[in-house]
Amino acid sequence: MSSITQTTPAPASVRQYRDYDQPLWKRLLLTREMAIIALLIVVVIIASMTIRGFGQPITLTYLILDVTPILLIALPMTLIMITGEIDLSVASVVGLSSVVTGVLTHGGMPFEIAALIALLVGGIGGAINGFLVTVVGLPSLAVTIGTLALFRGLAVGLLGTTAVTDFPEFWTDLAKAKLGTTGVPLVIIPFLVLLVIFAVLLHFTPFGRGIYAIGLSKETAAFSGVDVGRTKFILFVLAGLVSALAGIYYTLRFGSARGDNATGMELQVIAAVVLGGVSVFGGRGALHGVIAGVLLIGVLASALRLANVTSDVINIITGVLLVISVVSSSFLAWLRTRRRAPGGKPRVEVSTAG
Amino acid sequence: MLFQKKTRAAALAALAVSVALVATGCAAGDSGSGGGEGDGGNLSITFLPKNLGNPYFDTSNAGGEEAIEEFDGTFAEVGPAEATPDGQVSYINTLTQQGVGAIAISANDPKAICDALNEARDAGVKVVTFDSDTNTDCRDVFVNQADAEGIAKVQVDLIAEQIGDAGEIAILSASANATNQNAWIELMKEQLAADHPGIELVEVVYGDDDDQTSFDKTAALLQTHPNLKGIVSPTTVGIAAAARYLQTSEYQGKVALTGLGTPNQMREYVEDGTVTAFALWNPADLGYLAAYASKALIEGDITGAEGDTFDAGKLGEYTVGADGVVLLGDPFVFDAENIGEFDF
Repeated sequence: MSSITQTTPAPASVRQYRDYDQPLWKRLLLTREMAIIALLIVVVIIASMTIRGFGQPITLTYLILDVTPILLIALPMTLIMITGEIDLSVASVVGLSSVVTGVLTHGGMPFEIAALIALLVGGIGGAINGFLVTVVGLPSLAVTIGTLALFRGLAVGLLGTTAVTDFPEFWTDLAKAKLGTTGVPLVIIPFLVLLVIFAVLLHFTPFGRGIYAIGLSKETAAFSGVDVGRTKFILFVLAGLVSALAGIYYTLRFGSARGDNATGMELQVIAAVVLGGVSVFGGRGALHGVIAGVLLIGVLASALRLANVTSDVINIITGVLLVISVVSSSFLAWLRTRRRAPGGKPRVEVSTAG
Repeated sequence: MLFQKKTRAAALAALAVSVALVATGCAAGDSGSGGGEGDGGNLSITFLPKNLGNPYFDTSNAGGEEAIEEFDGTFAEVGPAEATPDGQVSYINTLTQQGVGAIAISANDPKAICDALNEARDAGVKVVTFDSDTNTDCRDVFVNQADAEGIAKVQVDLIAEQIGDAGEIAILSASANATNQNAWIELMKEQLAADHPGIELVEVVYGDDDDQTSFDKTAALLQTHPNLKGIVSPTTVGIAAAARYLQTSEYQGKVALTGLGTPNQMREYVEDGTVTAFALWNPADLGYLAAYASKALIEGDITGAEGDTFDAGKLGEYTVGADGVVLLGDPFVFDAENIGEFDF
């Protein structure tokens, strides 16, 4: 859906598919994703007008540098949450990959090889999650709470309270470099590449249809020929890999490998994914909504910080926004069924996601 | 499943956010964060502690606010909820955008916030670290709360005074490889040998900065050394645990206890006589001095070079030492007389 731009509104009365009770433009524009995008635009406009210093290009630079790890991890997290699972261990993988990179570099290994090993460690971490969820059959919430503690423990244990800070300047500069004079950080490129890969994977491949099918009904998906276990396993490994990549970026951006790097980031990622319209029960969501969700939280935090609002208040506002977004979708769903219930024609339920 | 009619939800959320933004926008306008380039430079100084909601930094920031009010600057306090370097980087970036005069920061990591601080300095913002330093090349001045010599000396003096300068003492430290504590213990040993021949240090035990371990080690100390006259604990966890043990034991009032502690932890033990006096620096003075150092940097009185001197209000005149370090002074001794004035 993300690739479809707004076409001319199709005249609803002329050609109506039986399966849809709303015309195409309504189905495209009146979505949860579009609501978040609209909200993001509104917030950006208001912030630019009312908050001094928000309109400068440097704001965009810092914003992108800040949200890149969250943007990265949100990609696989979206896919995992659409299958109805969750991965709480991502931030710990970020920390672990950061520490592995740091320890190996400190031990004399070239940075590039250390980073590759950190990626491998992240992939293995994801595979452990995937194995426990799909082969052993444990709920992902329990498994990843466990690995959240496990990976964080390993990270802190490996490095203690010290920090490794001697990284090649070439790489640390690259992590903060900007594209020409635009002020847009270079890290946007790897993110965009991954975004395209994940968008195609989710929205334009049979694998992606399988992800939605699993989220809507695991049994139906299995009977329709979707290999549920394999799909989930791949997703957990992807989450591990991308989190490790985010960990390497994190290490380079701050020039510091620490065991407590990115503590608590899993909640920021999940909050953004949920805000972006992915159902925690699975089966529903789209990447463009998630990207808007991440940016919305980032822009809000950036604007409020510029307005000298304390971090506690920023957390409160983000939290309230999240609760409103979740409550409103449940409330509106309830309202619809209430209004339709007496004597109304039963509506054909369709999966519009994707 | 139900996608449509989300506009109402969006409208509601948009309204809420708009209200929040507009409200905060107004508030920001009042506080005049950026401040203009006035006669004496831009005296808007923002304190950026390790994290907010930490009584220690509430006290130091209050000291900073007091100083800034004295010289008519603009005080602000921002910071992350969790004591992480990345949280601080976001705030440093924001302060750079706002163009404040100076940042007074207690660093969560000596290196991780360096680049952000240097970007701020390139943009003309002065950087003062206090309490916890960064690498020397990313700040102008570090306001050091106390040097190792002073910390060791105050504890030796306190215990000597409390036990009458003679008898057996023991040290309850943090972990066996804690850098700070080990340095202090070495200096204490030297000072004891040089100036207090009557005092014998019989054992150094390690409570690992864990409350229960420190408690148990205190009990063991008192059993193995029946003639023990005093305990020195150069760590806030240790001294509180030792005081708790002494309070409920037969040794209360007989075995002296001193070291480094915070008033809130030690209040009840000082009030019931378990502990006579203990030491730490005064965070309010630390913040106060950091504010005056910021002012001196903004106004160009100092550059952070060794030998620069500046005036720090009620604290008097200070001189910048090697590596741009300004030393607050001797540690502060808390006792029954003054403990009521502190809340951290």
